[in-house]
Amino acid sequence: MSPLTPSQSLSNGLNGRTNLLSASSIELARPVGRRGRIALRPPRDALLRVASPLALLLIWQLAGSTGVLPERLLAAPSTIAATAYDLFRDGVLTEALGVSLRRAAFGFTLGALVGIGFALVAGLSRLGEYAVDPPMQMLRALPLFGLIPLFILWFGIGETPKIALVAFGVAFPLYLNTYAGIRGVDAKLAELGQVLRLSRPALIRHIVLPGALPQTLVGLRQSLGVAWLALIVAEQINADAGLGFMINDAREFLRTDVVVVGLVTYALLGLLTDAIVRLLERRALAWRRNFLS
Amino acid sequence: MATQLPELTAAARVRGLVKRFGDRTVLDGLDLEIGAGEFVALLGRSGSGKSTLLRALAGLEPISGGELEVPGTVAVAFQEPRLVPWKRVGANVTLGLDVPDPEAAAAAALEEVGLLGHRDAWPLTLSGGEAQRVSLARALVRRPSLLLLDEPFSALDALTRINVHRLVLDLWERHRPGVLLVTHDVDEALLLADRVLVLESGRIAHQTAVELDRPRQRDHAELIRLRSVLLERLGVAP
Ligand SMILES: Nc1ncnc2c1ncn2[C@@H]1O[C@H](COP(=O)(O)OP(=O)(O)OP(=O)(O)O)[C@@H](O)[C@H]1O
Ligand SMILES: [Mg+2]
Repeated sequence: MSPLTPSQSLSNGLNGRTNLLSASSIELARPVGRRGRIALRPPRDALLRVASPLALLLIWQLAGSTGVLPERLLAAPSTIAATAYDLFRDGVLTEALGVSLRRAAFGFTLGALVGIGFALVAGLSRLGEYAVDPPMQMLRALPLFGLIPLFILWFGIGETPKIALVAFGVAFPLYLNTYAGIRGVDAKLAELGQVLRLSRPALIRHIVLPGALPQTLVGLRQSLGVAWLALIVAEQINADAGLGFMINDAREFLRTDVVVVGLVTYALLGLLTDAIVRLLERRALAWRRNFLS
Repeated sequence: MATQLPELTAAARVRGLVKRFGDRTVLDGLDLEIGAGEFVALLGRSGSGKSTLLRALAGLEPISGGELEVPGTVAVAFQEPRLVPWKRVGANVTLGLDVPDPEAAAAAALEEVGLLGHRDAWPLTLSGGEAQRVSLARALVRRPSLLLLDEPFSALDALTRINVHRLVLDLWERHRPGVLLVTHDVDEALLLADRVLVLESGRIAHQTAVELDRPRQRDHAELIRLRSVLLERLGVAP
């Protein structure tokens, strides 16, 4: 988990001197640069980019149909597509997906509530900081997947340990980023709030929380990555339903086609949530986007 | 408010103000009175404590000694406009403002600085001069009796600056707040202010009344004379 947590220094945020505007323009450079490059690429270039994946797919298919690549190692794309359709039609895929989604949603919601809740407590009061931040910093050092044995001992092998693992993984990126975001709010804007005689609740509402939002969204993106990873691992270990169970079950019968369908489903879920976050970012950070366009 | 005679109340009164940072004394028994509706400019070398005095008047800096009295509302425009980037221009103007109709107040204030058309714009899309005008609108919408300006024009180009000078005089004549303008620019001080102060060694070491009608011409003989006096006080050979 630790490589996924943000590397920005918290002490920087603590003395409240980080300049928000300069920080955000650095932030901005990344996604926009990426999007900008894709947008500016001429169509022929785009065609060239899909050429090599298509070629690979073709080689894979040929290797599969000629028997060079045996099906027990990796099924051919056409087989996989047909299996995906069958699984979908029979409701197997949909049911597995539903079970997995439910775990992810519960775990994510729980983790987000805890992570953001603690970040607010630690970020908005000194006492809260002393109470919450040191234990959180200690716990974040624990390897997420190393906790699995303990979780099994504590929660058994039902749904609870899976949800708990996802929640645990989600809570930290959201906590760390939201906390750093709150503490990193431009001190000059806080001073402005003082000059404008904003009450403390108004200051939090108009300056502190919106100022922390960009960083929270960074945390959201990271936490979703962790959430899927945690779910996949948790589902591998012991499950009698869900995508992980479907994959594991298929392994027993050497059904590589089903395994790949499961993997692709996980990947699509990851892409989907990423797209949702991007949409959220576009709406919530419109004040930055307009500056750029 | 109606029962008060504005002529009798000062916009700010400072007596024996002391401000220390650690063992460094920046303001050392400073006395200053800004009359109601008076436009005062404050000059001084870099590091002489101009911003510190202004921040103390704004209530942003705890003082180490002396007395500080600001009877009415204070508003501040900083060197950088300090607009809240995630609030549209109109919402920036009325942030923290307690009036029955904030929308109308924002519209009126933005109209005055010529930016009504930008009411729904995001601050980051504004030019430097526009942002500074929004900052002025945000200050003036509070109907301050004391307006504190800390080098608000220093980042503007020469042409924009001339326009904003005009705007500030215009707004000042209309609303008549007491003004304390911190600036590095002797000409700016002489063109705008009723009284020009020089801060040195933690006190007001020198002051000059500028008794000329506005708008003033830079090449007016009296201004040229005052300029050389002030430059000398500031340690720059004229
Ligand atoms: N928070 C602070 N802590 C320590 N020293 C400070 C602090 N704020 C100001 N000072 C010191 O007080 C002195 C006066 O600073 P101030 O900002 O008031 O100067 P100034 O006259 O506004 O200068 P300039 O024209 O460059 O803006 C400086 O020596 C500065 O280093
Ligand atoms: Mg200064």
